[in-house]
Amino acid sequence: MKTKSNIERILESGQLVVTSECGPPRGADAEVIRKKGKLLQGAVDAVNVTDNQTSVVRMSSFSACLILKEMGFDPILQMVCRDRNRIAIQSDILGAAALGINNILCLTGDHQKFGDHPRAKNVFDMDSIQLIQTVKTMRDDGKFLEGEELKGRPMLFIGAAENPFADPFEIRAARLGKKAKAGVEFLQTQCIYNIPRFEKWMEMVRDRGLHEKVAILAGVTPFKSVGMARYMKNSVPGMDVPDEMIERLKGVPKEKQSEEGIKICVETIQRLKELPGIRGIHIMAIEWEEKVREIAEMAGLLPRPQIM
Amino acid sequence: MRLNYPTNVKIVKVPCTGRVDTLLILKTFESGVDGVYLAGCLEGECHFLRGNLRAKKRVQYVKTLLEEVGLGSGRVEMYNMSSAQGQRFAEVAREMTEKIRALGPSPVKKKKGAVNP
Amino acid sequence: MIVANRKSLEEILTMLKPYKKILLLGCNECVTVSATGGEREVGVLASELKISRAKDGEEIEIREHTLERQCDHEYIDQIHPFIGDYEVILSMACGAGIQYVAETYRDKTVLPAVNTTFLGVTLEQGVWSERCQGCGECVLHMTGGICPIARCAKSLLNGPCGGSSNGKCEVDKDLECAWQLIIDRLKALNQLDKYEEIIPIKDWRTSRDGGPRKRVREDLKLL
Repeated sequence: MKTKSNIERILESGQLVVTSECGPPRGADAEVIRKKGKLLQGAVDAVNVTDNQTSVVRMSSFSACLILKEMGFDPILQMVCRDRNRIAIQSDILGAAALGINNILCLTGDHQKFGDHPRAKNVFDMDSIQLIQTVKTMRDDGKFLEGEELKGRPMLFIGAAENPFADPFEIRAARLGKKAKAGVEFLQTQCIYNIPRFEKWMEMVRDRGLHEKVAILAGVTPFKSVGMARYMKNSVPGMDVPDEMIERLKGVPKEKQSEEGIKICVETIQRLKELPGIRGIHIMAIEWEEKVREIAEMAGLLPRPQIM
Repeated sequence: MRLNYPTNVKIVKVPCTGRVDTLLILKTFESGVDGVYLAGCLEGECHFLRGNLRAKKRVQYVKTLLEEVGLGSGRVEMYNMSSAQGQRFAEVAREMTEKIRALGPSPVKKKKGAVNP
Repeated sequence: MIVANRKSLEEILTMLKPYKKILLLGCNECVTVSATGGEREVGVLASELKISRAKDGEEIEIREHTLERQCDHEYIDQIHPFIGDYEVILSMACGAGIQYVAETYRDKTVLPAVNTTFLGVTLEQGVWSERCQGCGECVLHMTGGICPIARCAKSLLNGPCGGSSNGKCEVDKDLECAWQLIIDRLKALNQLDKYEEIIPIKDWRTSRDGGPRKRVREDLKLL
């Protein structure tokens, strides 16, 4: 064990990891986080806390992580390269580790064009792969990027995300290879709807032996309605929603669509967890946290192993 | 054919409407004209292949400039007709004259106090 | 070349409000090629200004003059004989040219008529596209001759990000994903293995981040 991360502990025990995510509020109300947290308690092993996702300003990931930490969670600090240069990034890494954060998810970040402050200047001093390297250098070598020694290493379990459905498809596994080389330890994928294509990606990943170097957690998101499915298909970049899934949702009456969405999600999890190389499930119920427990339960992921 | 068309239309002959550039049109407005239209060959029948099509795009551009300077985009138009369509030529001259008359005299001329040409 | 965009007439008119005698200065280099501030564009802007002022019954005197370059002293000096006749210089050169004119004639107000945008190429007549950001440390040998700094919306060195879809960038459906271009090119050159190497964190000192840059060639200096 390198860190005190719950994810690392459960992975080492050979069990499937279950994670979910929590988007901080657009305001300073800590209660919002606590409420979302309560819905997830006992249903997951760790909780991602998004970092101004889709470039919309929200309470900082770090603060929301601490609120969840107080509730007994093992939060995953998401960090994007859009808003910080290497000075701020390294400083935030030290600060997070100092206050007991055990996991970091290294991301490039959405372009600010999509957010609520499209006039902002972006940073992108480094990319997600270089951010992985940065955390690893600080943790394992005890050094800052310019090579100077740091005192008190940030013991963070290092994660990243990957979209198996983005283009060019042929280098998607190679890109994961670069992340592995950089030192990533766990990986959460983009929401999976197109299972055959995901399986193809996993095959490429296994061909490179990457599933042995990186713990892959398959990402799922339940549809609330056929409208949401259509929106994901047509308006979210890099999202692959097969037509038959939309047809299936369309086939049930409106009031039953969310139930059907949950069913699809559970079936997806059941298929994914049998895939060789899958080490966990990442359930992203977007503004629908109350359903995470139900999904985990139905998919046979509960109870979760006890912490400590 | 002895067709009548309004006497206020002054003809500037060019070898092809493709010859007419943005500045040439602007200069006429600078000198106080109320409106300008280009009478190009029918689309697809340009002797120089694309001259009338290029003129059409330039007229569109000049419309944006006239809008910018506050004269309004309606004072410039592009028409297409063949040299055999005398009737059409007279009709367009009347149509454009009516249109410009409705818009009133160019404020450039009014302020300059120039006389009607 | 340096590509620029003409400012709106409204903005220019606002800047020019206090002035009646204007020297409108074009440049024969990049902004001529990118059809923003050459002799033709000087003519169009002068005409627009005259029409606008005439419409409102206001006076204006404009001298149109296009220099070979506005980024070299020997050309800027050419306006010296008549600069005194004008209250203001309205320059249609790139930001470098505008500033150099202002540096040369310190008691004159020099105003910009264009927004300087990027270093680019002509895709076809009337269409220009960005290619370089002048970062000061070229990586084109690692990226199949396609620049991720200038052409990836996030300047990613180990891209593509998860937003690349059907060869297009997540920022704009009409924008090509630089990393798709890089991968395609590396594949065509049989160099896809280059993608496996992690390109290290960039040293931005050579870029604007290191402060304004200067280049000196001692062998060329006259003094």
